[in-house]
Amino acid sequence: MQISEAWLREYVNPAISTQELVAQLTMAGLEVDSVTPAAAVFSGVVIGEVLAMVQHPDADRLRVCQVEVGTGEPLQIVCGASNVRVGLKIPAALCGAVLPGDFKIKKSKLRGVESFGMLCSEKELGLAADAHGLMELSADAPVGVDIREFLALDDQLIEVDLTPNRADCLSVEGIAREVAVLNRMDWSALPMAVLAVTEADALTVAVEATDACPRYLGRLITGVNVKAETPLWMQERLRRSGVRSLGPVVDVTNYVLLELGQPLHAFDADKLESGITVRWAREGEDLALLNGQTITLDGEALVIADAKQPLALAGVMGGSASAVSDSTQNVFLECAFFTPYSIAGKARRFGLHTDSSHRFERGVDATLQDRAIARATQLIVDIAGGSVGGITEVTTAATLPQRPAILVRRQRIEKILGMVPDDAVVLDIFQRLGMVVLAEADGWQVTPPGFRFDIAIEADLIEEIARIYGYNQLPSSSLLMRADLGKATESVLDISRAADVLVDRGYQEAITYSFVDEDIQKAVAPDDDVIRLKNPISSELAIMRTTLWCGLLKAALYNTNRQQSRVRLFETGLRFVKSGGVTHQQRRLAGLALGSALPEQWGETTRKLDFFDIKADVEALFALTGRTVRFAAATHAALHPGQCAQVLSLTGDVVGWLGMLHPTLEKQLGFDTPVFLFDFDQALLLDKQVAAFKPLSKFPSVRRDLALIVEEEVTADAVSLCIQACGEPMLQNVVIFDIYRGKGVAEGSKSVALSLHLQNDLQTLTDAEIDAIVSRILARLTNQIHAKLRD
Amino acid sequence: MSATLEDILAQGLEELVRATDLNQLDQVRVQYLGKKGLFTQQMKELGTLEPEQRRAVGQVINQAKDQFQAQLDSHKERLEAAALAARLASERVDVSLPGRGQAAAGLHPVTTTLRRIAKIFTSVGFTVVEGPEIEDDYHNFEALNIPAHHPARAMHDTFYIDLHTVLRTHTSPVQIRVMESKTPPLKVIAPGRVYRCDSDITHTPMFHQVEGFLVDTDVSFADLKGVVYQFLRAFFEKDIQVRFRPSYFPFTEPSAEVDIECVMCNGAGCRVCSQTGWLEVMGCGMIHPAVFKSVNIDSERYSGFAFGMGVERLAMLRYGINDLRLFFENDLKFLEQFN
Repeated sequence: MQISEAWLREYVNPAISTQELVAQLTMAGLEVDSVTPAAAVFSGVVIGEVLAMVQHPDADRLRVCQVEVGTGEPLQIVCGASNVRVGLKIPAALCGAVLPGDFKIKKSKLRGVESFGMLCSEKELGLAADAHGLMELSADAPVGVDIREFLALDDQLIEVDLTPNRADCLSVEGIAREVAVLNRMDWSALPMAVLAVTEADALTVAVEATDACPRYLGRLITGVNVKAETPLWMQERLRRSGVRSLGPVVDVTNYVLLELGQPLHAFDADKLESGITVRWAREGEDLALLNGQTITLDGEALVIADAKQPLALAGVMGGSASAVSDSTQNVFLECAFFTPYSIAGKARRFGLHTDSSHRFERGVDATLQDRAIARATQLIVDIAGGSVGGITEVTTAATLPQRPAILVRRQRIEKILGMVPDDAVVLDIFQRLGMVVLAEADGWQVTPPGFRFDIAIEADLIEEIARIYGYNQLPSSSLLMRADLGKATESVLDISRAADVLVDRGYQEAITYSFVDEDIQKAVAPDDDVIRLKNPISSELAIMRTTLWCGLLKAALYNTNRQQSRVRLFETGLRFVKSGGVTHQQRRLAGLALGSALPEQWGETTRKLDFFDIKADVEALFALTGRTVRFAAATHAALHPGQCAQVLSLTGDVVGWLGMLHPTLEKQLGFDTPVFLFDFDQALLLDKQVAAFKPLSKFPSVRRDLALIVEEEVTADAVSLCIQACGEPMLQNVVIFDIYRGKGVAEGSKSVALSLHLQNDLQTLTDAEIDAIVSRILARLTNQIHAKLRD
Repeated sequence: MSATLEDILAQGLEELVRATDLNQLDQVRVQYLGKKGLFTQQMKELGTLEPEQRRAVGQVINQAKDQFQAQLDSHKERLEAAALAARLASERVDVSLPGRGQAAAGLHPVTTTLRRIAKIFTSVGFTVVEGPEIEDDYHNFEALNIPAHHPARAMHDTFYIDLHTVLRTHTSPVQIRVMESKTPPLKVIAPGRVYRCDSDITHTPMFHQVEGFLVDTDVSFADLKGVVYQFLRAFFEKDIQVRFRPSYFPFTEPSAEVDIECVMCNGAGCRVCSQTGWLEVMGCGMIHPAVFKSVNIDSERYSGFAFGMGVERLAMLRYGINDLRLFFENDLKFLEQFN
């Protein structure tokens, strides 16, 4: 809400500077966003009157004027505006004046005729973005008076960012009330105008939707001159509140809305078919709105209708058919109270947001309508004349907001605030806020005024005490709390430990958006059932990721496109998949690497990273938990079929994936180097084996090396598993230390060199025992996987 | 001393000196003192002498041998010193060359910030709880006292999955989830991603928040103030000025915004703080009775406070980052600055 400081100070004028005023509002919870001057800087402009005017001898568009500027000696000023005429009062910039933009006015010659100043438009004074001709001042404007003084331009526009609960401050009066409270000043509302009723006619008003519209006031004003000029002071106040002037009737309704916070609507009474009905719309009814939009209504829209059709979307916007126009003579003025519940969301449904809906959906003082309609009537009649009809009022007391007294307990104040001010202070705060207070033994019965419709419960009043007392005056204390000792869970590894390992191994942590480009998502995980946003920011951020690879690949591309030839990234976070109609949100840890195995350095030949570099990083992660996992060849839509491993827990759960990005995707996505990826389920990855001690053997361990010839298809894992399946109790470990293909080994076979580590906890192993173990193992290897000892 | 012994000694001493390395020296040692060495030979020949002569001659041989041994030792020491010096010289490296191997990377500044925040709170017994990011309307809004069409919803720019499912717009739903399942006393912080349908220079559609709350039988606004003061001073490692301003959140009453003295200009007024000298860093308040009601906690018996802060905002202020969007571009040149 933007208001003029001068307007505000007309209501309440504390002896503090603008800066202090603004700080006071902000610290009272009415946050001031900005303070800007009401008019640009200019000087030397006074009110002038055109006394005489002749055509310029050498220019069709120019006229030579004699302008009185209060000195008794008219100035000759050449003017090109089309609306210049004798008798007009205008702002005249004198020689020496400086207009906005540091434009200096000097004596000059225009096509040979001397000019001693300039007649100004609103645009030239920085009062409007554009203008058609000179700014016309009222006939009674005092000639010679400085225009800044006349228009009170030395004013500040204060932009207050109001929280939704403080709709009572969506008016100059509302903010003035608050300023008065903060400065302990007296405050009284504008007196209610009393107008004689001079028009006998009245429109009937029927309220069907009494829940939504507990109060409706309407009145006819006949014989209104809609061509009357809105007075400059009102135009200026509207302008300073960001409202355009649209003719006297609409200007008045807008003015009263700004002044009191009560939205009003004016209908062209001659466009109405008989009386007014406030009702829920009928399914399929159309309404052409003032903004040119036509909406189709349903039973959830509250309308003001006549006998024939809906006229206005209640509390939101009027219709074009019944709008006040240039030809309007008789006006029906509406001033109603619609409940927030009936208006909330209604404007948004139709893509609308108006000053009226903004107020009604937050709340309007339900006691304000009498005063507001009287004020608006008075202003309309003052400006545009007319005969005033009587007020037709329909009030349903039962649906008006009930304002029961609220009990505020002293002990509760202390519990919530950690202190309780003296009774006198509490009482003073409530009274300054316009509350009716009844003291009780353990507290106060408090009835808030009509305009504080935001206050409904004890906590609201405790906040008011805190707010006026001053949040920064309230005590602050160190926590005194009951506390159980914390946990030190060892069976689940902290994800930060896994992250640290990756960081130490050269992976930079990335954070990418959870919503991704559908193209990447489809390419990487074509079979996943995706979750789609209804209102995405853009098509590139439209669906929820089912794998963190989407974001990592995009981040990697971002970097390779910026001359990074080596990228190692990881990310932790949720992936979102649907299965069987249920949304699953799973925590994952994923990584990506491309480029050389090591950063470029001296003393090491540069080598592209390969599957086993990444596998080592992955194994380092699993080493943290002490869990054994298996790497099984598998296929994944995103990965190279020959370099893709599914990581399995010993119980067969899929912990995740590891592999090279499929070369087709590599090309399709725009990489020019192999990309390696991994992705794990955090719950399975972080499942930690708590260590269990085994006594150390005092006897030496023995190593026996074997070189086995096996067929190419036999994996290293198969060899190890086969050996382990022997169940030899003395076998402590098997280490594969070489794989050889080539000379001496038949095509389609390979040599696997491995070491067996044997140890007995109770005695030193004898050669005979060792030989027996090795031959049992060999027998099984021969039997199961057709392994042969290499010659 | 016999002429022979004299010759042996003289010859030996001369050969000693001629040895230029430890190998040669050892050969000389073997030649003279070894089992078949010349001195050893002399000693063996003692047996051929008359017993009364043996003692005297033996003494003489031993003296010569000792003399040789002493020279040998000292020459060995010299050669060893020279050898060490030569080794040291040959093994000299350019210590200014960089080390080899994998270089460590770093965490994202948001993670670093989240870890610091968590450390400050867990040190006094807060536990860290995470919640779902696809959230139902009830937990994200209704239970937090934001019914349908509440004007506060307009402040949230919500992403919708369907009519009743949203991307959480704040971490506050975790508050509801914890209070639904646990009984007070509760001390929790809930960090995580949140989403708002807004994207421009100062907004990204995804960012991070940390929600914190404490519920117990006697928790007051004074406790909240104390915690917030201590947290901000710990986070910025500085005794900064902090102020509380009345504000409004549907789920707290009283509600406050917390401002700190601008860390860029120390409160003098600059572009970052819009010349006010203050920066808004978090929202907080006493948990609203309606929220307690929705999770069946007796608000007469219990009270509590809650606070929420934007992690990127805190990281930007802490590290002087001037563009929010950098956080999610994942440019290595940006990320590596926080390693």
